[in-house]
Amino acid sequence: MSKFKKKKGGDLPAISTASLPDIVFMLLFFFMVATVMRQNTLKIENSLPAADQVEKLAKRNLLMYIYAGKPSSAYKDMGTVARLQLNDKFADVSEIAAFIAAERASKREEEIPFLTTVLSVDKETNMGLVSDIKQELRKVNALKINYKTRKGDALRDLN
Amino acid sequence: MAKRAAPEVNAGSMADIAFLLLIFFLVTTTIEIDSGLNRKLPPIEETEPPIIKEKNIFQLTVNRKNQLLLKANGSDGEVIELKNLRKKAVAFLDNGGGKGEDACAKCKGKKNPQSSDNFQKAIISLQNDRATSYETYIAVQNEIIAAYNELRNREFELAYPSLNMSYVEADKMYSDPRTSAGDKARLKDKIEEIKLLIPQKFSEAEPKKSN
Repeated sequence: MSKFKKKKGGDLPAISTASLPDIVFMLLFFFMVATVMRQNTLKIENSLPAADQVEKLAKRNLLMYIYAGKPSSAYKDMGTVARLQLNDKFADVSEIAAFIAAERASKREEEIPFLTTVLSVDKETNMGLVSDIKQELRKVNALKINYKTRKGDALRDLN
Repeated sequence: MAKRAAPEVNAGSMADIAFLLLIFFLVTTTIEIDSGLNRKLPPIEETEPPIIKEKNIFQLTVNRKNQLLLKANGSDGEVIELKNLRKKAVAFLDNGGGKGEDACAKCKGKKNPQSSDNFQKAIISLQNDRATSYETYIAVQNEIIAAYNELRNREFELAYPSLNMSYVEADKMYSDPRTSAGDKARLKDKIEEIKLLIPQKFSEAEPKKSN
């Protein structure tokens, strides 16, 4: 009989899960920091075109968003023609003036000259709608615009 | 009396709680895109259009089938590919065909008398159809901005070799809120000077009605 009896092999020691909470917390903090709560629920399809000469957008509270695109699958009854979305509902091009006025009224006066209108338009939209939006924006003198785009190669998906 | 050790709190469920929160944030996260092409619309009040020599206009038309027609350098119009647009726009802007007071000292182009005089005179005009796709329009805009940026980068690096950065990088640094006020003040004049040297003269006509 030996004093140094070999332990019976076979069963692996249990993996310690003591550090699991730490790992999960790390991920949690990352997502908490990176999260930006969506302001609007999109009712339209909104896959943006790509461009590589992009600039960063201005401060978040200085932006006014105008969305356009085909109604998404949940709103099929709105038809398949590209529509405009302001805040949380479908809108007509003629409502842009009121929207801009309301947005301006909600900002401080000294911020108004720095307001930028962000056009978040689906890439399959026709330019007709976009031109109408631009024309409407010119009428209310909201001249700073930004075409929101993904970062990527603009020419790759075309042809 | 011996001190009794406080019973340890069972932390076994901590991972579960953390997971729950994690999943909540995972689901609600939308990594927001915060980039885009900045443009300025022209004011609506109609002013008399200035008289511009035809050779100074780089006239682009995009039709309903997303094809590009280019009228410039004295040609009647040729269909071009989108991928050649940047090169052609740079060649047009950089041509420097002006004589006398219109002469362009910094242009490095072919000095074709049929093409643009100098950076300040050269105008890029874009007209699209109502049925043009937005994706194509953005690609065209992107290529035109790229052409301007290419020239601005070149002139910026020539003018300020000590900064060791391009115009685009300088502009990015300037608009970054983390840049210190001193750096911003130093960059500002330089950026403004390049902007004056190569202004983005870009005109968009209202789209044609398509039948």
